[in-house]
Amino acid sequence: MTERLDGPQAPGGDIPAAGATSGPIETRSAPAPAARVDSSTPHRLGPSPRMAALFLLPAVLLLAAWVVYPIIYSIFRSLYDSVGDRFVGLGNYGSIFTDSATLTTIRNNVIWVVVAPLIVTVLGLIFAVLTERIRWATAFKLILFMPMAVSLLAAGVIFRLVYEQDPDKGVANAVITVVHDTFSSSAGYPGARPRENDQAPAAVQNGAVVTKQQVQDGQPVLIPLVGLPPDVVKDAAPAKAAPAGGVSGTVWLDVVRGGGGTLNQIDPQERGLAGITVEAVSGGVVKGTTETTADGSFHFTGLPAGSYVVRLPQSNFQAPFNGITWLGPGLITPAIIGAYIWVWAGFAMVLIAAGLSAIPRDALEAARIDGATEWQVFRRITVPLLSPVLLVVFVTMVINVLKVFDLVFIIAPGSVQPQANVIALEMWRVSFGGGGNQGMGSALAIFLLVLVLPFMIFNIRRFRRDER
Amino acid sequence: MRKLPLTVAVLALATAACGGNSAIGPTQSSSGGAAAAKPLSGVKIEVAAKWTGDEQGNFEKVLKAFQDKTGATVTYASTGEDTGAYLGPRIQGGNPPDVAILPQPGLVQQYADQNALKPLAPEVQAQIDQNYTPYWKELGSAGGQVYGVLVKAAHKSLIWYRQTAFADAGAQPAETWDDLIGKTAQTLSDSGTAPFALCAASGWTLTDLFENVYLSSAGPENYDKLAKHEIPWTDPSVATALQKMGQIFGKQEFMLGGSSGALQTDFPTCVTQAYAQKKAAMVIEADFVAASLGQTGAQVGQEAKIMPFPKAGDTAPVVLGGDVAVVMKDSKGAQALVEYLASKEGGEVWAKQPGYLSPNRNVSPDNYPDDLTKQLAQTIISAGESVRYDMSDLAPSAFGGTDGKGEWKDLQDFLRNPSDVKGAQEKLEADAAKAFTK
Repeated sequence: MTERLDGPQAPGGDIPAAGATSGPIETRSAPAPAARVDSSTPHRLGPSPRMAALFLLPAVLLLAAWVVYPIIYSIFRSLYDSVGDRFVGLGNYGSIFTDSATLTTIRNNVIWVVVAPLIVTVLGLIFAVLTERIRWATAFKLILFMPMAVSLLAAGVIFRLVYEQDPDKGVANAVITVVHDTFSSSAGYPGARPRENDQAPAAVQNGAVVTKQQVQDGQPVLIPLVGLPPDVVKDAAPAKAAPAGGVSGTVWLDVVRGGGGTLNQIDPQERGLAGITVEAVSGGVVKGTTETTADGSFHFTGLPAGSYVVRLPQSNFQAPFNGITWLGPGLITPAIIGAYIWVWAGFAMVLIAAGLSAIPRDALEAARIDGATEWQVFRRITVPLLSPVLLVVFVTMVINVLKVFDLVFIIAPGSVQPQANVIALEMWRVSFGGGGNQGMGSALAIFLLVLVLPFMIFNIRRFRRDER
Repeated sequence: MRKLPLTVAVLALATAACGGNSAIGPTQSSSGGAAAAKPLSGVKIEVAAKWTGDEQGNFEKVLKAFQDKTGATVTYASTGEDTGAYLGPRIQGGNPPDVAILPQPGLVQQYADQNALKPLAPEVQAQIDQNYTPYWKELGSAGGQVYGVLVKAAHKSLIWYRQTAFADAGAQPAETWDDLIGKTAQTLSDSGTAPFALCAASGWTLTDLFENVYLSSAGPENYDKLAKHEIPWTDPSVATALQKMGQIFGKQEFMLGGSSGALQTDFPTCVTQAYAQKKAAMVIEADFVAASLGQTGAQVGQEAKIMPFPKAGDTAPVVLGGDVAVVMKDSKGAQALVEYLASKEGGEVWAKQPGYLSPNRNVSPDNYPDDLTKQLAQTIISAGESVRYDMSDLAPSAFGGTDGKGEWKDLQDFLRNPSDVKGAQEKLEADAAKAFTK
């Protein structure tokens, strides 16, 4: 058995059907080196060369048409320009490394390759080791493996929604805002602001609303605000001018439903803004603080005479925490990697769990009897014994990650596609998705092939060695 | 037994590759017989277009009218979304449809270069001269030959608004850009409603906005020059248009969710935001927004109203998108069908179907089934010579039609950083130069 597989593989090795049926005693087919004694006999048990060729033909034809020819043609095509009739030599390859957009895709691919396979493998290992010890292991594994049953496209659609900015839609932000709001809640009137024109009595300074004029004793100030829908304060008390005397005034929403109303004056339908912190500032120092009442009026008591500006500090207008911008330019690649991990961690877990069950129990038992802690057993026994499986999972993930396409295509909104772009997506976009430059697209395809090739060879070699 | 599924799969793949035109088989056999007096009886014509569903049904009614008139048998093949990807292999294989309806005029030039198109017959050109302004004739031409005619238009110079939001804020539809920004949008913003829901994640919505502002502020001549890249994007006229767009982009409270929110919103989500979630008051996009209104519950003409795109300069902008019919095979029927589609008669049959807008100036607005389309048709007719085709669709698609590249990306970057007009212009020019020299 071993001898047969050791020698250089005859073409017949490609078709299991031709060899497997004849059982282990049969000899190699003719094209193999004739050095062996048994192959010199005229009567062989295997199929004739002609028969072998006939069986090989469909596979060879399909491989040639679908693998070999496209690769050769892509290499050839990559040496020509977008239309395909001007020879540009290695020009397309040159522009891969000079175009800043393409360099971004390479950078992103590097991030992907460094981060994603590692996390997937480590998570898979953790899940596999942990599920071995719980009672409902199968159910747990089933759930973790479930994302594999979802197509990547559907997974992309799901995560596009998960990462939605609006906490009412996006689960990720819903969780984050709930956690955030339990620790610090935002109050006040986010969005409220003074009108932006010269007649407005107040203006925004460093986020706070400050009166333009010094406030005199006995002259109530009016601070009209806009930018809130009237419905927000429809239950509030109507705004009222503050009684004269001391430093006083009114903060109210100067918006009338349906338009109209006198600007910067309190109209009967307009509502006061209650609970706004008001500061009296003199020479940059806060001299007094008060709060508006239900009708929006405020009055400073015990303030020494003098001239002040009235300031509504920024805390009144703090926008509510709206979660994280997952789909913005900064976080888009980590966000997509997160989706990828969700899909593939289960797959890694299943492979590693299979490897785990094949580990000799006695080694673990022996270590435990010798007094090793669980961590030591894991570190010194389990992981080293598992390392072949871990490596296969890791390398498979690397190959998989290099050609990542669908998740990026679907999750990243159009405006951050340039920031999220990866080589495979760029290849498609340049050649078919509007770019119309199949020369450049072919160059990218070959570039990607060159990147994947070492890992493929590595994996194939491993499989060969394992078969032995 | 194991071989069989494979063979089936290969066959299925092969048929899928030629896919789409399922109509051919049955109709071919059912032809013949009828009305011998008609000029084209017994002639078979295949026409390919991207329409499916209702749009296909409406177009087939027009084809039916043509068949009844001429006796020809017309079969329809749907190309799917990517017309180029469908037609390319058929052209290469020497088996194009008789007539194709292309979604972009850019394809006319491309196929003419490949000698895949047949020049339009004199009778068809006579129809074009009669029913279209010279601009459209030039648009369907390549190398001095007339190859195509615009048969279906999309009106892109519109602003949709939500009636309740306007009524609550006391805002009025604007006639000029300055009123739109200074009065309408400001009033809405003051009343606590975001004036605009932008779909900036879909880059083409920004190019549409730019085209309207540019056509209006720089005029049709400059528009034509910029479309052909005869003036650079660093031209001062572009700066003016970008500055005007910056009046929206520069104010976070003018856009729902600010610029970050706008850049994450794709079409038609912004329509939902404005009409279903009622968070914003206006959507700047074309007549086809109506198709997305269905799920929001807003009725066109009541809650969902339109205003013509306000003048940002001397010209009232009318930018159209649309589909161009071309002849791909020298067959008797093909020229006759295109002639019919370009004629007043054909246009009026089509106009009675919902969701159709004709660029033909002799198709009377009275033919349209609803007031909205009548209003749109009226703006096309009254804009006369200054109607223009969507500029980004005229540009090479690497510049004007690719997600995350060229004009789409540069305008999105400008939205992110609206103070840098000059930088945006330089990026646009660099990308345009690259795409136009190819």
